[in-house]
Parts: sequence; structure tokens; C-alpha cells
Amino acid sequence: MGCVSCTGAVLDGNVLTLVRREASPEAVDGSGISPDRFLGKSAAEIARLPARLGGREVTLGDLFAIEGFHPEQIVVRGDVRSLTDLGRGMTRGEVTVLGDVGPRVGAEMRGGEIVVQGAAGDALGARMRGGRILVEGGAGDFCGTAAGEPGQTGGTIVVRGPLGKEAGARMRGGMLVALGSTGERTGADMEAGTIFVAGRTGPEPGLGMHGGTIVVFGDAEPPATFDYACTYQPVFPGDYLRELRRWGLAEEDGGVEGAFRRYLGDLDSVGKGEILVRDQS
Amino acid sequence: MLINGVEIEDTFAEAFGMWGSRLIITGANERWARTAAEAATGLATSIIGCGCEAGVNRLADDEETPDGRPGVAALFFTVSRSSMEAQLLTRVGQAVMTCTSSACYDGLEAEERLKIGGKLRYFGDGFQGSKKLGGRRLWRVPVMDGEFVVEETFGVAKGIGGGNFFIMAEDYPTALAAAEAAVDAIGDVPGVILPFPGGIVRSGSKTSSRYKGQHVSSNTPYCPTIRTVIGDTALRKGENAVLEIVLDGFSEEGMSRAMGVGIRAACIPGVTRITAGNYGGTLGQFQFPLHQLLKA
Repeated sequence: MGCVSCTGAVLDGNVLTLVRREASPEAVDGSGISPDRFLGKSAAEIARLPARLGGREVTLGDLFAIEGFHPEQIVVRGDVRSLTDLGRGMTRGEVTVLGDVGPRVGAEMRGGEIVVQGAAGDALGARMRGGRILVEGGAGDFCGTAAGEPGQTGGTIVVRGPLGKEAGARMRGGMLVALGSTGERTGADMEAGTIFVAGRTGPEPGLGMHGGTIVVFGDAEPPATFDYACTYQPVFPGDYLRELRRWGLAEEDGGVEGAFRRYLGDLDSVGKGEILVRDQS
Repeated sequence: MLINGVEIEDTFAEAFGMWGSRLIITGANERWARTAAEAATGLATSIIGCGCEAGVNRLADDEETPDGRPGVAALFFTVSRSSMEAQLLTRVGQAVMTCTSSACYDGLEAEERLKIGGKLRYFGDGFQGSKKLGGRRLWRVPVMDGEFVVEETFGVAKGIGGGNFFIMAEDYPTALAAAEAAVDAIGDVPGVILPFPGGIVRSGSKTSSRYKGQHVSSNTPYCPTIRTVIGDTALRKGENAVLEIVLDGFSEEGMSRAMGVGIRAACIPGVTRITAGNYGGTLGQFQFPLHQLLKA
């Protein structure tokens, strides 16, 4: 599962590896760790690039032991729970984190792939425009966005573990797949795009939703400002499943079976959003 | 050349450049996927009378449908890109969208695109919605059994129309059995269709007529019932039935392969000869020499 090409590269030692020298409670700004920024540079040159630890200016080499020579395949190891903004704005290549990582991973990302083999912090993929993020663990609040900010406009985020509150809030495009459960106000104020939740959503999914789709395979209770329309068998989730399968993120064959209850809302807003909840009866 | 004692004439099939599209049509089950595809490809035997030539083709072995449901491929061939657009709009709109549970996707990776779903969406009367997925846009049109999903654009690419071979036999049952065997064999070749009913043509034509205003007429040299009253019969004594197989496809390689397996399958006892139709190489862009493709 995950970054197949990267895994192969790990085995042959070609990847560029950044190993955190020592854990620190101070935030490490990881926005400079991206294939775009490393392209054309040697490990030694990358080590001399500026970075920030807390409020201090340091070099990446101060924070990480850097080796390898494939700047489009980056592996980050060690205790990086305080690493923020990893891969911010990246457009290409692959970044793999072997463990847990801090907030805002993949923020404003436009292309390429980030794989987090542990858990991720808040604002995962905030304002993401393209590319793919896979998190093997869970992630914090505001997945695809940040508090009060616009949401994801493109790309795909897949999180295997639970997600916090307001996942996919203010989303305007792309796909967010929660293979676990999500917190309150999933897809709040959403305008477009598609959110899949394999488990259950927290209270008030889709609150203030203008458009877009939330598909829930587990349980969800849409707000009272959503109208139940019908129970039917939508075809399009099968198209998404196939796309996920093509990326190695889904294993089952066939389409999406079963009927879904369709709710339209939020009627306190434009009301062109939809929540599809798999019918368990 | 003899195959199983059947003479293969040293001639060639002459074929023409066309434009082709490939649609993947899915349904709730195999029955309804095929029903939609057969309706969409209906009355599409000859470009002259039908505006396009079309047929149902199975998916490649490693190919899955976009929505994971049962599906088939439907291939369409026309003389121009603009006529393809007109044909697809009519056929997808009238025969696929109307068929219960159907969805319709592009099945041809081609640079040139035709906006089909992007126009059919207006049937949704403002309640249609779309999803953008992997660079494709899918339209969801509300219909009475749920939603009709149709891709925004379909690829169109150069293709080949009018590949053919004739099966001459001692009697009709033998000709039919040979043609059926050929159809079954060609059915396994992806990217090639046989647009005529059941894949077989009984009313082959020639491009002339004794009647004013009639541009084509029965291929009289191959009609056994009038063999003795025309001066230019192509039939030998003992040849009492002829059936033709006509093929369209996307590549010369696929067409050659299909013709090869079809001809080999048709060489059964009682078949006297297999030949092909051409215009002396003066009209068609493509030639398929029978001996050459059977040696490959």
C-alpha cells in the first residue's frame, strides 16, 4: 500500500533521506522540504538550505542528516511530530514520512504524492489543489483546509484512520476519502468536490453546504436543514472506487453495491449539496 | 493457397479511412449493459444508408469498466469527426440514456475529443451535476430510475472501414456455418467490429446500377440464382451460396489479425473458396492481401 515506487527506491538506496537529528518540541518549518526545492541539488547543497526551528534560522543540515541523491523521492525519518508544512506547494515527486508528522502537511500542494506512514496533524492538505496524500494513521482537525480558510480545490486525500472536526470544510473540488470516521461538521460550508467516509460522521455533516457530495458508507445523521429525497443506487461512487483502485488505495473488485439515502441541503444555504448515506436496512 | 482444402484466392480486400470512437457502456448487469450497447449500435450496418457503422465489442481481458459494473464496448465508425459527433449525440441520447441503469464512458484514449455528455447534460433541465475525476468530467443527469452518468467528451481517432472477405460454399448451410465460425473467431479480437446483422452480409453490393439515381445495387456476380443469366458471374459451378464478412477497426494490425482468424475459422468442409472485394486498389486507402495476412 502507498508509495510503491518510493518503496522500491528505498530498497536500492536512491532516495534522498532526511533523518531528524534530535526530537524537539519547537516547531520545525518543513515548507522547504519538497522535490521542487531540492531539484538539481546535491545532498550537501540541500543541507545548506535555510530552515526554521521555532523562531530561529538554521539550515536543513542542522536539523536533519541528509543522504542519497534522488530529489524527487524524499524519505523523512525520525521524530518529526513537530515538523509543519511538509511539502507545502509541491508540484511533483514523492515524499514519504516514516512515522507521525505535524500539521499542514501538503498545504497548497499542486502535484506529486505524499505518504505518511503514521498520523498527521491538523490542516492536512490545507487548500490543496492537486496531487495525492495518503495517511496510514489518522489526522487532526480541518483536513483539506484550516480554521476559517478556504478548502481543498483539487487532488486527493486518503486517510486510513480517524479524522477530526471539519474535515473537508469549505471544499471546492477534489476528493477526500476517510477510511475511518470523521468528526463534527464534516464538509461544512462545502461548495463542490466529493468526500467519502467509510465509517460514521460526527454531528452536523454538511452544515451550510452549498454544493458537492458527501458519501457515507457507515452512519451519518444529516442536519435538520437537509431534505430526504430518495433511496437509490448511485453509479458514480463506483467511478471513484476504480480510481482509488488504480492508485492501489482500494482492493475490492467490482462497483459500489447497495442503495443510498439521498439528502439535499443545506436548505439554510443554497441547498445544492448532497449527502448520500448507505442504506443499512 | 489452400487451408483445410479451401482455396484462398490471391487477392486483397480494399478498405477505407474512417473515424472511430469507442464507448464503454455499463449497466446494472450484463443484460442491460448489452441491451444499451445493442440499441446504440442498431441500424448501423453501412455508412451509406445508416450514417455510421457500429458494433458491440467485448472489453480487453485486463480492462475493467470505469464504474466497476458489467459492461461492453461499442465501436462507431463514420466518415468525419463532425458526423461522429452527430451520430453519438443521437445514439447515446436516444439509445443509451433511455436504457435503464446504463452509464456511458469514453473508451478510447485519443487527443481529439467530441463533446457528447457535455451536451446531453442539458436533458437534466438544470438539475444535472458533474464530478471531475482523474482529468475526466462525468455528468450526472437525473432520470426516473436514478441518474444517467455520461462522460463529458469522447475520443475520436482514425480508423479503417470496409475490410472484407467472401465465403463461397457448395450450399447455404455450409456457408452459414463457415460465416458463423468466422464471426465467433473475430469476436475475440478487440478493436474490431462486424457491423452487419450477426456479423454477416448476405446482400453484398456493387457500386453501379442499371437504374438512374441508384448508386449501388446487388453484387450480381456473386448471386447464385442468376449465375447463368449474367455474363460476368464470379461463381464457379458448384458454388451455391456466398456470404460476406465486413470488418471495421482501429488499426491495420487488428484488421489483419481479425481477417486472418476469421478466414481460418471459415475453412470448413464444403467451403469452396474464399476471396475478397476490391476496386483494383484505386479507391481504398488500405489493402489487406489475403495470402500475406494468412502467413503472418
